[in-house]
Amino acid sequence: MIKKGSWVQIKKIVLNPEERASNLPEATKKVPLLLWVKGHLLEDALMNESVKVKTLTGRIEEGELVALNPSYQHTYGNFIPEILEIDQIVKSTLFGSENNE
Amino acid sequence: MNNSYESVMARKNQIMQKSVGINYENFEDGNLSFDYEGLLSEGNFTLEDIIKIQNDNGVGNTPLKECKNITNLARKVSKKGYGARIFIKDEALNDSGSFKARRASISCYQAKKMGFKGVIAATSGNYGAAVASQAAKYGLKCIIVQECYDSLGVGQPEIIEKARACEAYGAEVVQLSVGPELFYKFLLLLEETGYFNASLYTPYGIMGIESLGKEVIEDCLKLTGKIPDMVVCTNAGGGNLTGTARGIQKTTDKKVEIVGASVNLKGLHMADDNDFNKKSFTTGHTGFGLPFIMNPDRSDVPRSAARALRYIDRYVTVTQGEVFFITEALSVLEGIERGPAGNTSLAAAFSLAQELKEDQIIVVQETEYTSAGKHHQAQLSFARDNGICIYFGDPSEEIPGKSIVFPKTVDLIKAEEIDLNIIRKKYLQNQFNKVDKLKKTDLKFLAEEINSSIDFVITESKKYKIELEDEE
Repeated sequence: MIKKGSWVQIKKIVLNPEERASNLPEATKKVPLLLWVKGHLLEDALMNESVKVKTLTGRIEEGELVALNPSYQHTYGNFIPEILEIDQIVKSTLFGSENNE
Repeated sequence: MNNSYESVMARKNQIMQKSVGINYENFEDGNLSFDYEGLLSEGNFTLEDIIKIQNDNGVGNTPLKECKNITNLARKVSKKGYGARIFIKDEALNDSGSFKARRASISCYQAKKMGFKGVIAATSGNYGAAVASQAAKYGLKCIIVQECYDSLGVGQPEIIEKARACEAYGAEVVQLSVGPELFYKFLLLLEETGYFNASLYTPYGIMGIESLGKEVIEDCLKLTGKIPDMVVCTNAGGGNLTGTARGIQKTTDKKVEIVGASVNLKGLHMADDNDFNKKSFTTGHTGFGLPFIMNPDRSDVPRSAARALRYIDRYVTVTQGEVFFITEALSVLEGIERGPAGNTSLAAAFSLAQELKEDQIIVVQETEYTSAGKHHQAQLSFARDNGICIYFGDPSEEIPGKSIVFPKTVDLIKAEEIDLNIIRKKYLQNQFNKVDKLKKTDLKFLAEEINSSIDFVITESKKYKIELEDEE
């Protein structure tokens, strides 16, 4: 059970495929327009239930509960070794290969 | 109230008008024309007022830095005597980490002055953090609406970082999946909250950048005793270039060549759910740059104040591989680690500098902050995970959405020219599709819009059988 007042993220459908704008590319036309927003949970609830939250500006939004204390997990990704090769190219061009060892 | 897509879109002008406090109809004066300078006088701000507001709020007075090693690198592959001095305006040092703080500062100042309780901006770019940061200073509530994920909920690392930054400054972030209907949710939010529309395209969003143009000239004079020969602006919605050029024109009578630069994303559809995560640049690219320069009023206000075609002297594109390459070069040759998108114009400048002589000066007028997600390392990793082939070769082989090609030698970095006369003709075509008659005031307006002659406009209008109205 996730307690009322918890900081959560919800997800909801804003427009179903048939409600979407005309002239969309095929891949976009066949999927709904989705929204994610964070807020404080207004009632105790379980994950994936439909809930209401109060957002930071005090708005009420309703949607599926998808995360408790949503966190930032973005990183610098996997190392790209080609970046070292760029260093080698620019340094050897500028300073000569003997200065790049 | 009916909140269906069609109903909300039908009342967009009314929502817009209320949310920016500008009656755009007051500026309409022809069949197509409107009083552009009148619109840009909205709020009666002088450039000195703008600078004062910005300096009081952590914006402006960023350093202009000479990139001596990058300049020398360009000279290694230039003809003898060629290779202009390359300078960058380190706009990453504004509060919130980009030149967008300049635009946000005036919007938030105006919102506060007009008594709005909060501000809303629709942006997946650095502008979100800029508005959130400035709103924090004024005690305004803030909502940023982002196009962030594909329909599977997979997000661009760059945009996810920008969402984090907005939240760091206390904003509510509303994230959406791919699609132009973001505008629909944006309108609903404006209606629901009664907040100010801190659009990038209001006069405030443009006049805020004029200070950047002024600083570029003054800093350059201070450092070199000369004004720059060329200023390169990354071009997307057109505001950066428009505001910078206007600021330059207000500061010097001498001609400074204004060059727009965009990342070439040819072939990728901006509203396509599949293409969304195949691009490595979410701003500063041709997917915004071209449609906006040819049709500036496609923005989120009735009349956009960002009108790049009025000011641009040359428009070039660079590839994703070239921009990542120069971003890494900036880091290891100059010791300045910055975000890739802000280096679009640096990649272009590296190529353009080779056309200018050694004693000439080229200024790249922005940088942006970098962080997890918003870093070439993160974006290249994301690209590789999405099946994009990354290799060394000739960047002109790059196919957006399929490959990212790093130049295998530095001489292969080549800005590609876009023929501005083709852009001018397409701009006019878009305008002529709206009317069948032109007044004299329209001819004058259109000539100003495309920075060309009335004769050019008349010649084009004949192709579309547009009638010229006789006026007494």
